[in-house]
Amino acid sequence: MLRIICPYCGLRDQTEFRFGGESKPRRPSDPAALSDTEWAGYLFYRENPRGLLNERWVHSYGCGQWFELVRDTVTHELKRSAPLVDLPGPHQVSDD
Amino acid sequence: MTEPARLQSGGVIDRRKPITFRFNGKTYRGYEGDNLASALLANGVDVFARSFKYHRPRGVFSAGEEEPCALVETGEGASRVPTCRAPMVPLTEGLVANSQTGWPSVDFDLGRVIDFTHGLWPAGFYNKTFKWPSWQSWEGLIRKSAGLGRPLTEPDPDHYEQVNIHCDLLICGSGPAGLMAALTAGRAGLRVMLVEQAEHFGGSLNWEQYQLDGKPCTEWVEQVLEQLRAMKPVITLQRTTVTGIYDHNVTTLLQRGQDTDWRECFWTVRPKHILLCSGAIEQGLIFPSNDRPGIMLASAVRHYLNRYAVRPGNRVVVATNNDTAYQTVFDLARERLQVEAVIDCRETVSEALLQRLADLGTTLLTNARIRGTQGSRRIRSVAIEDNDGKRIGTKKCDLLAVSGGWAPRVHLLAHARGSLRFDEVSQSFLPDALPREISITGAANGTAGLEELLAESVRAACAIAGALGKPMEQPKPPIVTAAITESRRVSPANLDTTQPRQWIDLAHDVTLGDAELAVREGFVSVEHFKRYTTIGMSVDQGKTGNLNAFIALGALTGRPAGEVGTTTFRPPYTPVTLGAIAGRNIGEFYAPRRYLPAHLTHAKLNACFEDYDWQRPDYYPLDKESAEAAIQREVTTVRNAVGVFDNSPIGKIEVCGPDAAIFLDRLYINNILSLPAGRIRYGLMLNENGVIIDDGVCIRLNEDHFLVNSTSAAVSRIVALMEQWLQCEWPELRVLVTDRTSDWANFTLAGPRARDTLSALGTNIDLAPAALPHMAVSTGTVMGLEARVARVSFSGELSFEVNVPALAANDFLEAVLIAGAAHGIAPYGIEALMILRTEKGYLHVGSDTDGSSTPDDVGWGWVARNKSRDFIGRRSLYREANQAAGRKQLIGLETLDPGRAIHAGGHLLIGKDRSPPAETDGWVTSACYSPTLGRYIALAVLCSGPDRIGEILTVCDGNQRFNVKVVAPVFYDPENKRLEN
Repeated sequence: MLRIICPYCGLRDQTEFRFGGESKPRRPSDPAALSDTEWAGYLFYRENPRGLLNERWVHSYGCGQWFELVRDTVTHELKRSAPLVDLPGPHQVSDD
Repeated sequence: MTEPARLQSGGVIDRRKPITFRFNGKTYRGYEGDNLASALLANGVDVFARSFKYHRPRGVFSAGEEEPCALVETGEGASRVPTCRAPMVPLTEGLVANSQTGWPSVDFDLGRVIDFTHGLWPAGFYNKTFKWPSWQSWEGLIRKSAGLGRPLTEPDPDHYEQVNIHCDLLICGSGPAGLMAALTAGRAGLRVMLVEQAEHFGGSLNWEQYQLDGKPCTEWVEQVLEQLRAMKPVITLQRTTVTGIYDHNVTTLLQRGQDTDWRECFWTVRPKHILLCSGAIEQGLIFPSNDRPGIMLASAVRHYLNRYAVRPGNRVVVATNNDTAYQTVFDLARERLQVEAVIDCRETVSEALLQRLADLGTTLLTNARIRGTQGSRRIRSVAIEDNDGKRIGTKKCDLLAVSGGWAPRVHLLAHARGSLRFDEVSQSFLPDALPREISITGAANGTAGLEELLAESVRAACAIAGALGKPMEQPKPPIVTAAITESRRVSPANLDTTQPRQWIDLAHDVTLGDAELAVREGFVSVEHFKRYTTIGMSVDQGKTGNLNAFIALGALTGRPAGEVGTTTFRPPYTPVTLGAIAGRNIGEFYAPRRYLPAHLTHAKLNACFEDYDWQRPDYYPLDKESAEAAIQREVTTVRNAVGVFDNSPIGKIEVCGPDAAIFLDRLYINNILSLPAGRIRYGLMLNENGVIIDDGVCIRLNEDHFLVNSTSAAVSRIVALMEQWLQCEWPELRVLVTDRTSDWANFTLAGPRARDTLSALGTNIDLAPAALPHMAVSTGTVMGLEARVARVSFSGELSFEVNVPALAANDFLEAVLIAGAAHGIAPYGIEALMILRTEKGYLHVGSDTDGSSTPDDVGWGWVARNKSRDFIGRRSLYREANQAAGRKQLIGLETLDPGRAIHAGGHLLIGKDRSPPAETDGWVTSACYSPTLGRYIALAVLCSGPDRIGEILTVCDGNQRFNVKVVAPVFYDPENKRLEN
């Protein structure tokens, strides 16, 4: 069980939180303009790195706030926990 | 009663307090302080169990949690506990224990025939052989002849507790290292938890004959414990096993109760630092027939002798590959028992040991190993040969004390992802890289010598205290005034790999022959090898055998042991009772029941309740009325007069703010911007994959105030989803979301007389069709209560959903029934509701839809297509798979014979003869008998369903097959005339 620092409430057990997956780019502003492949990229494709990962958590049995957590996927070490003040920019359309 | 193997004096048993207990139907005597193994050994019992596979007799091999052989069941009836390790069962008055293997008895087991024909039963034999006609046809027979205890069939009558706790330092193990560290850290002012799995604190100090500060070491243990107990923040727990270390060092403990009203207590500890002082486990030796009763770890012999005053044998031979077993010779000599011979595989031993053996007159055979053992039940003699296989001779004996070196208890370290390295000197795996906030000292760290080990623990405890902000000067450890043989040097065993019947896993009956077969078949990776042979996979998890198994694998594959590696230790360290993990969260405490605000009134109305997340009335039978009759009467009442339904669990999510309409417009496939205040729209919500996740009405109370009626089961999910979108994607939207589901009770008045009933209650709301048409909402008072009245229908009848404050629910419902009496009112439950909505073809998300259903699949595609703005899931509706022909889409079904019952779950079959097994064309999602239509009807999904109205299909319904006709999914009032009343 992880012990997570909520940026608003402090150190709590993982059972108080819900995992929101890898931080993804923001929702495309005009999804209709994307090809199926590009849309699939936004929906399904993630980095899933071995090492540091930016992810979203919500303190669902606490303050209810979403926040950003940087976790080492190998050691579970938590590096950073911060409010969602700087949301990442809109999804960039790429060729690959 | 006499105990033939009990010494007259010595040990820490209390001879003034005899205890009577039973084993395999016979009554025996032991003493307070005994455990089941020591008491049975004292009584001369040598066969405790039959082995897992070959049914060979087995005795006691060890003196602790590592026991692989003496596995018994204790207790009777519902309190029976299978597969207890005898050395871990404290002796209590009236204890009943039984062997759990062996038929007809453990002393005479017919299953032994498997042993005599062992050549026929190699590793993997079952999987390779019992294939015809099927594994299942043999399974019963095999399960009966193999295996250990019988599982319990009755519910566990015992009570279990749980504790959550924080501490600064958790110390696992209370041997000399753990006690010294606890004392040091406790003095530094740390909140220390000292955890000991045995009955008593002290670890090896309980059974080795050390002198500390000139006194017997047990006195030092008592002193330290007294000091620890005087320290307020220090917690000491005995009979408590650290079962696992998980992420971020969250640690679980299993405490066994004694004279408590709970049987076990499961602790979850969140320590700042963990210090492992878990000691080491002596390993067995590999030689032919090394599994007989009377073969025991050398340290276990000392344990039984010194702690329990039990002499486990009268003619003793010691076999070893290291110095520590010699202590057994000296301890036995103290009790005037001369060891017949010491068989040491090493070329030479130290001068000091030679001298002490010479003083005792004990024979020492170096460069020697055991060629085999004889004995029908217990060991009778050993044959000895030199390391090259040349026969030396035989020795009669009834106890063979063996030592194959020591394996540090690094299991917990491995749980925490610490790494291990192979140490050539001790021929064992030692800690290498430590995880954060975990330290390890003492024998668990491979540290030999009591003095060194105490000093190491003091240093470690001071360092931890310093790191936690409580620095202190290093105190002086006690002075060790009488040491014992402590060298950790081990000589690798010279294995005779031509002898198959050498046991490398006593608990799972795995021999060197099985290991050889595994290697021959290519299972040379240590993890594959383990799984193929099942080494280390029994209840003991290979605590006394894994190291030997890996060394054997090295020998068989020509690799050094360090290169073979180890398997992965995973929690739990020892078996954990499931009841302890469940704790109090069983039965009624498993989950809270949610009651409707008008529950008492429903109960008075004789409702049959069912758990739909809430306790909801299923139907209301009148006197002696059957369920079926009640449900049909309720449906008919709604169609012909008026019914009242408690719809309180329906979601009441209030969405407010200047941007509320924009926000909801992005969530619904429907146009919410165009919804006028005071009006209601039925809508669907999708996920980004275009799949329907919820349906329900969206009520616009005001320009900036919406009420979202999500499905009752989905409320918290939808609220969470709204919050996620608002916080993570659209923080610029000025919207607040509040779940007010339990603040408001909600009653549906449905039927042609609904308006009359509501008027009779007294309301300031204009109920006239022009003022409050279908899909309109009005606020005001009903019966003097604040009320929101919405004209929404899930039955197809004229229908008012009346929201009133939850606290008034009972009064309101009673008043409704009185006001409606003149109009023929009856309460109706979930069952009637589901029939009413099926007759109308109204969707039930989760029944008529699944994880692939899109709006098009349920007939709402046109709404999505007509909307010009983006919404969640819209883009996915245009993906290829969602546009493809042949999708499973909602239709209605009628049985050709109106009286023929059809059930949800039946498959519509494709194929020439339409008989299973066949590819499915779709399936029935909802089905019922419609009392309104006097026939069975069903909703189903069918490939390209809407294009196939009128087709005759075959449904496979349970064991029956019959024909059905595809119809539109609205069976009653397709023009919706009744709604507009």
